[in-house]
Amino acid sequence: MAADGMGTAVPDWRRDVFDVLKAARVRHVVYVPDAGHATAIRLAEADEEIEAVVLTTEEEGIGYLAGAWLGGERGALLMQSSGVGNCINTLALQACTRFPLLMVVTMRGDWAEFNQWQNPMGQATEAALRLMGVRTWRADEPKDVAPLLRGAATMAFEGDEACAVLLGQRLIGEKEWSK
Amino acid sequence: MSRGGDLDRRAVVAELLRERGDLLVVTGLGSPSYDVMAAGDHDGNYYLWAAMGSAAMVGLGLAKARPERPVMVVTGDGEQLMGLGALATIALRRPPNLSIVILDNGHFGETGMQPSHAGQGVELHRVAEAIGFPAVDLVTERQGVEPLRRRVHARAGLNLAVVKIRPENPPRVLPPRDGVHVKNRFRLALGHRPA
Repeated sequence: MAADGMGTAVPDWRRDVFDVLKAARVRHVVYVPDAGHATAIRLAEADEEIEAVVLTTEEEGIGYLAGAWLGGERGALLMQSSGVGNCINTLALQACTRFPLLMVVTMRGDWAEFNQWQNPMGQATEAALRLMGVRTWRADEPKDVAPLLRGAATMAFEGDEACAVLLGQRLIGEKEWSK
Repeated sequence: MSRGGDLDRRAVVAELLRERGDLLVVTGLGSPSYDVMAAGDHDGNYYLWAAMGSAAMVGLGLAKARPERPVMVVTGDGEQLMGLGALATIALRRPPNLSIVILDNGHFGETGMQPSHAGQGVELHRVAEAIGFPAVDLVTERQGVEPLRRRVHARAGLNLAVVKIRPENPPRVLPPRDGVHVKNRFRLALGHRPA
C-alpha cells in the first residue's frame, strides 16, 4: 500500500498483479514488455519458482501456455493492447482445446493517448478479444486490479477458459512525452 | 528453385518414432500431423490443426513443464517460417529435453505445393545456427535419421534438425480433430485429471 495525497492507503496495483499470479500458482510468466508490466516482469524474473519468458511476439505466449498446461503447469501472458491484435488467429488454439489462458493487458489508445497510432488497436482490443471468445474485465482503479485478476484466474484455471484483465490508461497514468 | 530433398517423409517420421518410450510429440498443422498419425496414434501425441507457427512454442512450454521427458516437435518448413521469432525465444531458454524437427520440402504442401521461402533459398538450419541453437543438424541422407532419433531421446541439449524431404503429398492419415479430447488424453497419460 502507498499513501495518496489525502493520506488514504492506495493499493500498489503493480505489485498486486504479481502477487495474485503467484498466489494462483502460476509457474510461467510469458510476456512482451510494456512499461505498465515492468514491476510484474521484474518480480517474475527474480522468482526462482517462476519461469519468465520474453517473447518476440505475443501469440508465441498462447502456444507456450498451451504446452505448459499439457505438462500440468499454470501460466499467464502479459502484454500491451497492441499485442492483442497479434494474437487473434492463434486464439483458435484455446477455443478448440480449452486450456486455461490468463492474460493481463495494459491499454494504449484508450484514454489520454498522445500517439494516435495506438488508437485503432486500443479501441478495438476488448471487442476483438470478445469476438474470439475471451472473457474480459477492465480495471481503471487501483483497488480493482487484485480482485478482478483473482476472479479471472479462478475462471481460467478452474474452468479452462480464456480470460483477460485489461488495465486501463487511467489506471496506468498518462505517458510523459516531454523531451 | 524449389529445394527440399530426396528423403521419404513417412519413412523418416516412422523411424524417429521407433521405440519411442516416454517421448512426447507435438506436431505442426498439415502434413507433419499426418506423418506422425501414420506412424500410429499415441496418447503422447498432440496434433495442431491451426494456430500456424505455434508448434515449436507448444513444445517449449511442454519441455519446460516436463523436464524429465524428451519432447519432439515435428513440423514443416512453412509452419516454422510463420513462427521464425519463436526460434529466438526458444534459443534463449535452451531446454535440454527439446528437439525441433523441421521436415523441409521447400513448399507449402497443404495448399497446392507453392514454393516456400525455404524452397527459394532461405536455409532454416543456418537461421537456427545464427540464432544460437547449440546443436543443429541438416539431414539429407537416410543414415542421418537414426543419430537424430538417439539425440531426441538423450535430453542432452536443445537441438534442431532440418530434414530434407521430397515435395510430395502422401495419402492423408487424419489425426483426431477434437482438440479437447486430444488435450485431455495427453494430460491423463501424464497423470493430470480434466477440470
